[in-house]
Amino acid sequence: MNSSILRVGNGGVQSAASVARREAWLRRLPLVPAFVYVVLVTQIPFALTIYYSFFSWNLLKPGSFKFAGAENYARLLTDESIRTAVLNTVVLTLCVIGISVVLGLAVASLLNSEVFGRGLMRTLMIAPFLIMPTAGALIWKDTLLNPLFGLLPNLLGPFGLGRVDWVNRFPMATVVAVEVWRWTPFMMLIILAGLQSQNPEVLEAARVDGANAFQAFRRITLPLVRPFLELGALLGSLFVVQTFDSIYMLTYGGPGEDTTNVPFLLYIVAFQGFNIGQASAIGVVAVILTTIVATFALRTLFSIFHVEARH
Amino acid sequence: MSAKVEAGGRFQFPTKKVAWSIVGWLVVFIFFFPVLWMWLESLKTEPQAASSPPTILFLPTLEEFQTVLSGDFPPFFINSAIASIGSTILVLVLGLPAAYALAIRPVKRTQDVLFFFISTRFLPFAASLVPLYLLARDLQLLDNIFALGLIYTTINLPLGVWLLRSFLLEIPPELFEAARVDGASFTTELRRIVVPLIAPGIAATSLICLIFSWNEFFYAVNFTSSTAATTPIFLVGFISGRGLFYAKLAAAATLASLPVLLAGWIAQKQLIRGLTMGAVK
Repeated sequence: MNSSILRVGNGGVQSAASVARREAWLRRLPLVPAFVYVVLVTQIPFALTIYYSFFSWNLLKPGSFKFAGAENYARLLTDESIRTAVLNTVVLTLCVIGISVVLGLAVASLLNSEVFGRGLMRTLMIAPFLIMPTAGALIWKDTLLNPLFGLLPNLLGPFGLGRVDWVNRFPMATVVAVEVWRWTPFMMLIILAGLQSQNPEVLEAARVDGANAFQAFRRITLPLVRPFLELGALLGSLFVVQTFDSIYMLTYGGPGEDTTNVPFLLYIVAFQGFNIGQASAIGVVAVILTTIVATFALRTLFSIFHVEARH
Repeated sequence: MSAKVEAGGRFQFPTKKVAWSIVGWLVVFIFFFPVLWMWLESLKTEPQAASSPPTILFLPTLEEFQTVLSGDFPPFFINSAIASIGSTILVLVLGLPAAYALAIRPVKRTQDVLFFFISTRFLPFAASLVPLYLLARDLQLLDNIFALGLIYTTINLPLGVWLLRSFLLEIPPELFEAARVDGASFTTELRRIVVPLIAPGIAATSLICLIFSWNEFFYAVNFTSSTAATTPIFLVGFISGRGLFYAKLAAAATLASLPVLLAGWIAQKQLIRGLTMGAVK
């Protein structure tokens, strides 16, 4: 790439075609550094990941690097841990996104109606999203849910739920709860932006025409905020699929493998087992699964851009 | 906003508004409570923080903040600052020209380039983790804060390009035409027009980059061990705590979360735009 730019720059007498080519390169030039950087740090490693996925290689066993064909992939199909991890990832993502979109819509509607102190409510509401996830998970686990010293078991004592060890008895529900706490503000922000783009006169007109609040919401507000709900859900799921921090802090994937999702399994295989070949195969499968979700997310993103461009 | 005054001047109590306000504040309180509790715990002494039933009334003390700050916490905090500020600067340096090329002088297949950039943001870390780890190991870059900063640059660059582009698209093209007629070079154009006009965009982009890299945990836990460990890693040390260090834990968690919390609160408006890569304003 660089050499061709230099050559054009050195040209003495230039034909119209080479001027045009030079112009085209100058336009592209500012893109080059970012493009090269991204290719170097994401695309080439990904190609290597695919390559490694066909090898049996454990860093703890020197000299173990040898071609294994599709063995790593075959193991993916039969291995219980991997099936569990994929299932846990799907359950976690669907639960977190489903609940936080519904809660986010509810909170956004509250903040969009006439209430006292809307600005302050919004400010406080986004705090869970901003808090460092590792810190948030620790606060939940130790100071709120700990069966001996935590606040919640103490508060629930009178109801006979005093000494419930939430994290160990309901591990997945705990992870879901903490993640919902974190992602509801995110959904709320996006949905609120959608609600605020609504023309209040249209709602007023519907009222005048005799629509009740529920009808107005379903027929007018919901279609309007639908792209925002979709965007929130899809962007959110791209992040939630990658959940690692709170699992590491709350349950460390356990008890057993009850809360081990794909990223956590990858961490175990790659950095506890140092099984490079197997970890690479998991990586490739994770990319394929994510690409499917991401394609939908990007389509939504582009459609919103297009709607805005038309305005 | 204010209570409605009817035509006859008769004051009508806003029952509906009050009712919804109560519901709203209750919901907000539930969501905000863990943060509030973290702050309360951080201001207690250790016995108060782990008491059963919980201590509600107490004399606030900054003792635990002092313990944390005079202990081994500061190096972690400094590492976080180096990695996140350094990578944010790098994102701007690489991202601004790229965004410029995509917004002001669109190249052929701009849409494809944009798509490519953003697809790398959502490539799971599983995609490149193993080779990057092996490379870092072979180059002796494990536990190196600058290597971690380079990884954070990768995470944030696609977002930065998209976000900066969305701000650049708002500059009227006539400004660039005028500058070009006057014979301004690319760098002059960038310095005189682009940077001043999208200063808010640069601020928003920096904010989002700072949030993501400050809070990042996965690469931090796998690529660093001691000298380059960042703030979230410091918190890992509390995992095995058996209820004896709650106040210290809460103080550390408060300090660790403070930069992002403050930045996010100050720049609330830019937050949505940043999180949706400029799609929602």
